[in-house]
Amino acid sequence: MSDLNKLTLSDALDGLAAKKVSSVELTDAFLGAIDKANPHLNAYVVVAHDKARAMAQASDARRLRGSTAPLEGAPLGIKDLFCTEGVRSTACSAILGEFTPTYESTVTANLWRDGAVMLGKLNMDEFAMGSSNETSCFGNVINPWRAKNSNAPLTPGGSSGGSAAATAADLCLAATATDTGGSIRQPASFTGAVGIKPTYGRCSRWGIVAFASSLDQAGPIAKTVKDAAIMLTSMCGHDPKDSTSLDVKTPDFAKAVGKSVKGLRIGVPKEYRVDGMPAEIDALWEKGIQQLKDAGCEIVPVSLPHTKYALPTYYIIAPAEASSNLARYDGMRFGARKAGKDLNETYKATRAAGFGKEVQRRILIGTYVLSAGYYDAYYLRAQKVRSRIAEDFTNVFANVDAMLTPTAPSAAFALGEKAGDPVQMYLNDIFTVTTNLAGLPGISVPAGLDANGLPLGLQVIGKALDEETVFAVAAALEDAAGFAAKPGAWW
Amino acid sequence: MAIDENTVRRVAHLARLALPEDRLAPMAAEINGILAWIEQLNEVDVEGVEPMTSVVAAKLPMREDVVTDGGDARKVLANAPKSEDGFFVVPKVVE
Repeated sequence: MSDLNKLTLSDALDGLAAKKVSSVELTDAFLGAIDKANPHLNAYVVVAHDKARAMAQASDARRLRGSTAPLEGAPLGIKDLFCTEGVRSTACSAILGEFTPTYESTVTANLWRDGAVMLGKLNMDEFAMGSSNETSCFGNVINPWRAKNSNAPLTPGGSSGGSAAATAADLCLAATATDTGGSIRQPASFTGAVGIKPTYGRCSRWGIVAFASSLDQAGPIAKTVKDAAIMLTSMCGHDPKDSTSLDVKTPDFAKAVGKSVKGLRIGVPKEYRVDGMPAEIDALWEKGIQQLKDAGCEIVPVSLPHTKYALPTYYIIAPAEASSNLARYDGMRFGARKAGKDLNETYKATRAAGFGKEVQRRILIGTYVLSAGYYDAYYLRAQKVRSRIAEDFTNVFANVDAMLTPTAPSAAFALGEKAGDPVQMYLNDIFTVTTNLAGLPGISVPAGLDANGLPLGLQVIGKALDEETVFAVAAALEDAAGFAAKPGAWW
Repeated sequence: MAIDENTVRRVAHLARLALPEDRLAPMAAEINGILAWIEQLNEVDVEGVEPMTSVVAAKLPMREDVVTDGGDARKVLANAPKSEDGFFVVPKVVE
């Protein structure tokens, strides 16, 4: 049964429930696929062979005793930003060294509660800062997709590059990821996968290494919209240990997949048609608009006037919050320590040796914009612009049910292509950061291939707590697009 | 607003980040590139706008003041770079 790893999560769960396949068989299939692919893709930074097998055996035993838990037996990949008890968790940074948590993040605890199996920890940009998975201390992740007639290694996107690459290459049924400025949606777009960032507060941030606390949200990357819905239902839930966790019920999101979208009003924001946008992406967007029209939606041109300020706003707020969150990495209580001649020198040496260049750059920017004399001009002003951006969405959502935009301004680019100018790299998030700033749910659905045969995604943005409409519209797009392409396995 | 090497040195100290002298100028240049791009936020009319400190319009939840966790020194020290007798061992803090 060599193609078990190619199943969708939904089909695998059906097979497990019907006892056509066991969790041990599935897990072994994935471990075999990972051992073959990982030296080429570098998607996993820890492969937990023994633990995965033990969890799979325990799951099969639970099933014999009648378990019907929603993810019973499903082998998943976990982004290395999630603390997993007893399994090294580093946020792909040297500063965490061999840090092995003595506690489990709430989101992953939810997955194990629902019967899932952990295959290992997935590669990512260091501290989730990046859009290409080129800043990991464990090296780059290689996109399983390649451009036509080319062997050049491409980025899978970031920061959740490992999660996206592993899902696209069938190295897990689905993966957990996080999104602060687009880190779930952009890699999903670059790898032909589905990725959703839920409403801020749906998923608990407890046990997730913090980057920017008012922006971070966990979410799944999966092979289909239905798979993503199944994953998200398990991941979400109120957590008293996270004071920003919303005390709301989690709907069964899979029920929204396949719901009719007839009569829904879909906003198309004009400011998302940016200068220099590739014609192919514009064409794909138009196609998506037409597909939703054909499905019975009403298309409404709308305006989000402060869109162009979203990226610069993000690049003040996120580094500022990061400079505060990363102050804890001081070499005293956990992680790596590099000794200096005294306390301050130890702090400085530890942090200089442990943090990569991009992280250091963002810490410095964050420290600067929060420092005395500059706080008002930068941070406070950015907080006010953020209010304006959120207001734009509130105004538009009084009149529409969801919005359709492209996910990313390009297909997957070559490794090293955008390494020169930080701002060039930041522009990757141009369509996604707005939803993080406003705390709204956003999903990326693979919609087509570009002229080089690389996947392109479309994004659906929803009202706060209305992931159900987001899933319904996304499923309609998925149906219409009929995207069935998979990267040819060159590894 | 452009920053110079002295500002980078000061900010690096605030952030407890060792920056070698030869990295000060390049870092200033990189940061200035980003700050120049951020300048456009000055175009926005934010008169009378409250800074958005929280995405959710929610009050900070309160809880009962009881102990619900902790008390396991082994777990707390498990990842310590240096520990002894139930303490973290660190460089001298007080001169």
